[in-house]
Amino acid sequence: MTRVITKFTRNVPHWQPRLKPVDLEEASQEQLDALKVTPSNTKVSEYVLTLAHDVESLKVRSPLFNAIMYDEGGMSRSERELGALGASMVNHCIYCAAVHAARHAQLEKSTDVTDKLFRDGARADLSPRDRAIFDFAVALSEAPPRVGQEHVAALRDAGLDEAEVLDLILSSALFGWANRLMHVLGDPVRVS
Amino acid sequence: MAQDTTALRVAGSTAASGSAAAVERRANIFGMTQQAEVAVLRPRDCGRWPHGLRAAMAARIAALNGEPELAGHYRTDAGDYAALADPSVDGSGQGLAEVMAFMDKVAVETRDVSAPDIASLQAAGIGDADIVRLCELNAFLAYQLRVIAGLRVLNEVYA
Repeated sequence: MTRVITKFTRNVPHWQPRLKPVDLEEASQEQLDALKVTPSNTKVSEYVLTLAHDVESLKVRSPLFNAIMYDEGGMSRSERELGALGASMVNHCIYCAAVHAARHAQLEKSTDVTDKLFRDGARADLSPRDRAIFDFAVALSEAPPRVGQEHVAALRDAGLDEAEVLDLILSSALFGWANRLMHVLGDPVRVS
Repeated sequence: MAQDTTALRVAGSTAASGSAAAVERRANIFGMTQQAEVAVLRPRDCGRWPHGLRAAMAARIAALNGEPELAGHYRTDAGDYAALADPSVDGSGQGLAEVMAFMDKVAVETRDVSAPDIASLQAAGIGDADIVRLCELNAFLAYQLRVIAGLRVLNEVYA
């Protein structure tokens, strides 16, 4: 039995594709290269196998994703996760929200912020810095984006420099991308 | 400005902008963003969606999100599909009504997309690989137009 998850959680669900992922047995050499499949590494998630249908995008997406979320300098990793979470909450991507809330909690060694966000939504009682970061990510993620000078001024007043704001733009925007794959192409489920 | 990329150009980011030093430190990311534009707009294997149609859909998504300059950037490559760059054109005249409805929903009502939206594309005879191609185009545009919107306000405040 599988049950589709509709509420935000840090307990990362299983992702079940709504269409048929690429079958490794039938994959082209270009797909195998992009999936980094080798005789000793044949483990590939269903999500990545689904994206392998568009191999040219997949090849660019993975290094770009890693650079935005993990490259050194600028905004801290946990604050980039907060940007990703803001986007994922706007787009109601349960799977992405779970993964990035869990990473935030792990990096911060605290579930306080994500507990509050999942319990109280946009009204959550956050520190001024987290509040400015979350509000910016939410405003940028709306469609159309409604981010204005007041959102950036709030980031500046909370002590963020230009490099941190740029990293927040990139991490929030990146989840505009990721959410439109995860939330559109599959369901977050619990298997029992 | 070290690089000429669509995102930096449309956002009006130059070497004199408040974000210039930060952008320079993330030059790799802006370079990969441009590579991603090529991968979704002008792929070698475009499946069911030719380059002109991809450009029209990109322009349409930019227009739906209040980014007319980005829409203009893409519309110039839309060729015979240019009419679809206008979000008020529903695509029925081109036999693409289901595709346009899906793209519009993914672009602006993302949270409301659910399993029947994918099933309806499959019922219209669109293969799984072509559905993923539509989603990647839509998803990339969502990212690129938000990088532009964010950079623009960053440069206004940190002038």
